[in-house]
Amino acid sequence: MDNFTVGVVVFPGSNCDRDVSWALEGCLDIRTKYLWHESSDLSDVDAIVLPGGFSYGDYLRCGAIARFSPLINALDEFVKSGKRVLGICNGFQILTESGFLPGALVANKNLNFICDDVELDIVSSKGGWFNNVDEKQTIKLPIAHGEGRYHCDSDTLKKLVDNELIALRYKNNPNGSSFDIAGITNEKGNVLGLMPHPERACDETIGGTDGLFTLKSLMLK
Amino acid sequence: MDQFAVKVFVRLRPSVLDPAGEATKSASIKLGAEGIKSLRIGKMIEVKIEGNGENEVRGKIDLLCDRLFANTVIEDYEYSLEKL
Repeated sequence: MDNFTVGVVVFPGSNCDRDVSWALEGCLDIRTKYLWHESSDLSDVDAIVLPGGFSYGDYLRCGAIARFSPLINALDEFVKSGKRVLGICNGFQILTESGFLPGALVANKNLNFICDDVELDIVSSKGGWFNNVDEKQTIKLPIAHGEGRYHCDSDTLKKLVDNELIALRYKNNPNGSSFDIAGITNEKGNVLGLMPHPERACDETIGGTDGLFTLKSLMLK
Repeated sequence: MDQFAVKVFVRLRPSVLDPAGEATKSASIKLGAEGIKSLRIGKMIEVKIEGNGENEVRGKIDLLCDRLFANTVIEDYEYSLEKL
């Protein structure tokens, strides 16, 4: 696993790409490679992170334009091969817009841009994204979003619950998300989308390390 | 080739809460407007497009609406089309 490389996708308007790379390289010693959104060659990366930010200025809807980039087109095969994809914040929005994950993310109920630390319940162990050494069931991660209210119809919600696809739920729902949902996985478990930012919680000096396990689990098979 | 002017209206589905609409409704009432029962905000997209007849153009606009202009998980769309 020495050469394990995580591709960090850079869209015009991404602004957490360097944070993700810093957390992976500096805190976990995992090699990263920036992938410009117009690249469709994913052959030399073993996992992919779609970072937070405002891809294409959030024009039309968050993630709506990014969906049509060559990289996202190439992602389908990458995901089908079982490799892991983590979408954080804007990355989660892109994953729902492009159909890798169900539902949609819309404006927060109170219209505020919320920048805060939130407590989250780990609901499902699917994909092993939150299997931390302390076996904690509640973690604390920062959120920073204006459009993070997860929405889906009742049939989709039932499917998410029945198939254990809900990864994280807010303890105190800050944005009006359906069923307090903060993060979900696909059925296979190799794609995770979440609104909180694990890369901002990888060092005690900046407020906590509960994000480390999620980033580290990019290396799980 | 015929040219058409298309107006696409994209609206949040009735089941989706529209906080911006609610805030604007509240401001409308503060302005003194009476009788507002509901206020929801959508988008209007104007497109000028060429094609061989209305049917072909409708096909293109349907694709655009379904795949790009609207996210049908949360939004509905409709459009009007005028031959130029």
